[in-house]
Amino acid sequence: MNSSYAVPAVALVVVATVLVGAFGLRISRTTSDFYVASRTVGPRLNAAAISGEYLSAASFLGIAGLVLVQGPDMLWYPVGYTAGYLVLLLFVAAPLRRSGAYTLPDFAEARLASRTVRRLAGAFVVGVGWLYLLPQLRGAGLTLTVLTGAPDALGGLIVAVVVVATVAAGGMRSITFVQAFQYWLKLTALFVPALFLVLAWQNAGAPTHAFDEPATFRDRRVVDVQDTLSLKLDRPLTVTVTGTVDGSPRRDTRVTLPEGTHRITAGTRLTFARGTRVPATDRGTNGGMSTSLAESREERPLYATYGLILATFLGTMGLPHVVVRFYTSPHGVAARRTTVAVLALIGLFYLLPPVYGALGRLYTPELTLTGETDAAVLLLPDRVVGGLGGDLLGALVAGGAFAAFLSTASGLTMAVAGVLTQDVLPSRGVRHFRLGTVLAMAVPLAASVPVGGLPVADAVGLAFAVSASSFCPLLVLGIWWRRLTPPGAAAGMLAGGGSAFCAVAATMARLPGTGSLHALLAWPALWSVPLGFLTMILVSLATPGRVPPQTGAILARFHLPEELRAEVKA
Amino acid sequence: MPADPTERRVTVTGPPRRGRRGHRDPGYYRARTEIDEQTTLGHTYVRSLMRSQLRVALVVFAVLVLLVGPLPLVFAAAPDARRLEWVVLGFCLYAPLILLARWYVRRAERNEEDFVRLVEDRQDR
Repeated sequence: MNSSYAVPAVALVVVATVLVGAFGLRISRTTSDFYVASRTVGPRLNAAAISGEYLSAASFLGIAGLVLVQGPDMLWYPVGYTAGYLVLLLFVAAPLRRSGAYTLPDFAEARLASRTVRRLAGAFVVGVGWLYLLPQLRGAGLTLTVLTGAPDALGGLIVAVVVVATVAAGGMRSITFVQAFQYWLKLTALFVPALFLVLAWQNAGAPTHAFDEPATFRDRRVVDVQDTLSLKLDRPLTVTVTGTVDGSPRRDTRVTLPEGTHRITAGTRLTFARGTRVPATDRGTNGGMSTSLAESREERPLYATYGLILATFLGTMGLPHVVVRFYTSPHGVAARRTTVAVLALIGLFYLLPPVYGALGRLYTPELTLTGETDAAVLLLPDRVVGGLGGDLLGALVAGGAFAAFLSTASGLTMAVAGVLTQDVLPSRGVRHFRLGTVLAMAVPLAASVPVGGLPVADAVGLAFAVSASSFCPLLVLGIWWRRLTPPGAAAGMLAGGGSAFCAVAATMARLPGTGSLHALLAWPALWSVPLGFLTMILVSLATPGRVPPQTGAILARFHLPEELRAEVKA
Repeated sequence: MPADPTERRVTVTGPPRRGRRGHRDPGYYRARTEIDEQTTLGHTYVRSLMRSQLRVALVVFAVLVLLVGPLPLVFAAAPDARRLEWVVLGFCLYAPLILLARWYVRRAERNEEDFVRLVEDRQDR
């Protein structure tokens, strides 16, 4: 791919982000401005900001990549990301705004009057935030590598520096402008190239075999295998090989590999003829997580699909950067209307990744062999349109991808830094918030080196599972159930969220090999969410004496319209 | 909060505004009335509002579950219908989600308006 246009595009996005952030800095005056934009952000601006923040690297690159490898089942990701907002609207949006709290730990303390629950919620916010920041940094590194061949860590480093600078300098108000701007940038960056891609596809006679199983090569295609991999063939495959297959070196020889598993050594060049089926890879031995998850999906696809649905539907409400956004609405009714606008905006955006995924199956099926499936969106314009137009469109996509990393990463950093400042660092104040910002970004940046191999969308899915099993029970029961007690909330979060966290850690460390145990750990939501709810309810019922005395008044504040409250001016 | 309950009453001039817009302007907080959260009557009022809001939320959630829940089973039962899966998951689910959300917001706001009217009527008497 030609990088002479893409690099300036990425630079432009970065500079524009800093400039829009600086514009916000001039308005951001008081501490309240700094944290929650003085709670005066209107529904439209706020909805664009929420959407801009929410559409992360997973949405921009990851979904298309997963669809490319694993087919339409992976479209459950965007559906779940969107439906999560509907569930949030139903059970959480307005009461959460009316609670007047700023972060999830604030909510926990306001509802349960317990420092312990507050600290626990804070720990989960930081954990989920870091888990979610990892794939953003990795996506940035991947994008820069695909564009320029720069080392993997550089892109992540750039994103980290820009985000820390904007967040620490301007806080939430500037972030609101930045996020709203980046939503429209991302939509444009995906929509315009998609238009040209579809036109080019139609000019080519609108071939539709992308929808068939499995994918086939549309043209003769040369693939350089970078990591040693195993091909699983269910039928013989004819391919021209330069390199080592099954231990025997070949040089530009045409071989027909029989059914079974074949080992392709790193550095081998494979040339596939037109119309050849794309072989399935088996990376179990040397592995990325995409394949370990994918394998378990083959074993129990229904279990995995339902686990994914549950995690995304219920996990959205607990994402730290999403929750903070609701405090910027002026009142509960605005919070609801904002959520509907968000649903429309992200629903509109998610019409595009399936297009890229389908075209990716058609035009770049070899990415399943090189393992860089997340790069499909970036490579397609060059592959399909080509020439100067392809370069320009590719630059647009690259700029949009960087906008995705920047916006989600800044929202997450904001939320994690807020918790660190208020609950971990010694005293409050804007200066300490800046220190918290640096801390919030430093840890995932350091961690992104050892756990580099995660596919972006899968890693985000794990963050959703943890959020769904810890914060969803806390929020839903806290808002709708009078008999929730502090011990119940703490036990529920520990049992649900803690076990989901352990499952995630075990999956990342690739502890269990295969089988049903692996599937259970790779898709924890299906058992950890009920576990969280049940523990919370049972322990609360067992400790009836610990119901906070102010529960009635607090629930009244959560649910009463603002017109009925004298003390509402927050 | 004043100890004497008569001091807490706020003078209401004119009938409550029924217009939807006027009520919703940001910063429009008319402390027209106040529910005393400590009385049984106040509790009953809040409980009834919570119950009606929860009912609407659960109805919409049930529709969502019925809409989405069976889909993986359908797709698993008909592995040949890959194109259907592409079209449904890729493009057909977002519009119903938005419609459900809009319907819910309308119902929830109506519940709140009814509730405000109910409380104000009691205070006017």
